[in-house]
Amino acid sequence: MGLSLDISLALESFSLNVAHEFPARGITAIFGASGAGKSTLFRIIAGLEPRATGRVAFGEEIWQSGQKSVPPFKRAAGLVFQDARLFAHLSVEGNLKFAARRSRSTRFEAVVKTLDLQPLLARKTNDLSGGERQRVAIGRTLLSAPRLLLMDEPLAALDHSRKARLLPYIARLPEAFDLPILYITHSVEEVTRLADRMLVLSKGQVLAAGKVSATLARLDIAEASGKFEAGSVVQARVIAQDERFHLTELCVAGQKMSMPASNLAIGAELPLRIRARDVAVARQKPSGVSIRNILSGVIKEIIEEPDTAFAELLIDIGAGQHLRARITRASVFELDLALGHEVFALIKSVSFDRRVLPKK
Amino acid sequence: MSWPDLAPLWLSVQLAGVTTALLLIIGTPLAWWLATTRNRFRPIIEAITALPLVLPPTVLGFYILIFLSPNSTLGGLWRDATGETLTFSFSGLVLASALYSLPFMVQPLQSAFEAVGRGPMEAAATLRAGRLDAFFSVAVPLSKRGFLTGIVLSFAHTIGEFGVVLMVGGNIPGQTRVISIAIYEQVETLDYAQAHALSLILLVFSFSVLLVVYSLNRRAPVRVG
Repeated sequence: MGLSLDISLALESFSLNVAHEFPARGITAIFGASGAGKSTLFRIIAGLEPRATGRVAFGEEIWQSGQKSVPPFKRAAGLVFQDARLFAHLSVEGNLKFAARRSRSTRFEAVVKTLDLQPLLARKTNDLSGGERQRVAIGRTLLSAPRLLLMDEPLAALDHSRKARLLPYIARLPEAFDLPILYITHSVEEVTRLADRMLVLSKGQVLAAGKVSATLARLDIAEASGKFEAGSVVQARVIAQDERFHLTELCVAGQKMSMPASNLAIGAELPLRIRARDVAVARQKPSGVSIRNILSGVIKEIIEEPDTAFAELLIDIGAGQHLRARITRASVFELDLALGHEVFALIKSVSFDRRVLPKK
Repeated sequence: MSWPDLAPLWLSVQLAGVTTALLLIIGTPLAWWLATTRNRFRPIIEAITALPLVLPPTVLGFYILIFLSPNSTLGGLWRDATGETLTFSFSGLVLASALYSLPFMVQPLQSAFEAVGRGPMEAAATLRAGRLDAFFSVAVPLSKRGFLTGIVLSFAHTIGEFGVVLMVGGNIPGQTRVISIAIYEQVETLDYAQAHALSLILLVFSFSVLLVVYSLNRRAPVRVG
């Protein structure tokens, strides 16, 4: 049994209502635009929002029920704050031991090793870089011996290369410490890279929840994710390596695609993220274009965004897989697109994101 | 020039020491409450705490005198319990000084606690530190300079007080005759040599104290007074 929630809290412009059962293992991404109530949800789980009402239970333990609330220091929830919140009067080692002493954790060496903290131990917290601060904050929280780890956008403040360096550390945690993780993010990349399941929050309400690939493919996620990041995840299988042109041939829903060569074994399965803005649409199969990835499919949904130039299409490419395309409303009109029409989705090869590939 | 009588100086130091200790015990929870509460009565308590900064010592001393007199409730209880009066005694002087120096302890502490903020305290709570534990292991060390400033200023302010002592304590050698009273009396009796000596000691002391405070505050100033 994992975390079970049925809570509400009135916020400034909307009210936060979440009723959900989280699994007892793996990483669940809490996804949504800023201000959707994600951090507040974590604060309620950790016991930092006394005004919240409802029920919070973890396994057999009831953390909140009606008027009764277990104080934060007695809950086995470890919260990694977005801004790290290291204690400035203690060294890195002092921060880690602050937690270890109170939880009587015996995993000091293991945590230091997993997060590569040995070289930082003697440092003051004030002159750590953003990535180092987050590693120390994660380590400190692990040393409080939590049985549920809440991570609030631990990578938000970091630039791209630092993010890429920290991601593997986080991906390792559920296995190394055998605890379920809830992970707040508004980056689709982090979701596909880390999480098995996701819960989408919009203006305090649960918009969708479930397996990552199924949830991401749903069109209504656009509202929560912001148009720029909107996209879909499809399952691909490696079928061949083209040495001459340096390409990896893939099979997606029975159709062929290719991407710049990667050293994946033939037969390997991988999720591909395709951003909606990287997909164009044609009524006839185009010829004489440089785009190599052209998938045929059927339009399942057209959502025109009021007061903008854009519309989003959900295209069924077979085998239960979907692509999303973001095109102009003018194109929808001129190409006379409608539900059930067969279309060709044109995907730029470069839109494959190598970082979403699972580590071998 | 003869060696000055140092008993008043020693009495002042004792008074300031006891007062500062008392203020630490009273002022810390009061400052913490003021820094963290959302209670709507907070401004009233804040204003009362700051009153000694603006009231003339004679007004404050007058009220304290009435409040502590054996005919008042507190003064009567004290007399029944100890057989002494609170007015014109060392104990009464400690109470009066504590009230008079209260803002000098509470204000630096309050701004230090406010600077710590909720962030580190919440972090401590999620790391399994109880409220008192978090206060002593996180809030206090992070407010170190606030404590230092509060202690030094309360001590120095008590050493330098005159009006309130005169009103409440009078001029009893060994009991209430502190350094400022002694200097006043020496000037009245035209004993300038003694007055010079004690004044110089007080001047050097006050300057040193302020120098310490401002040196401490150079990196992150704490409002004083």
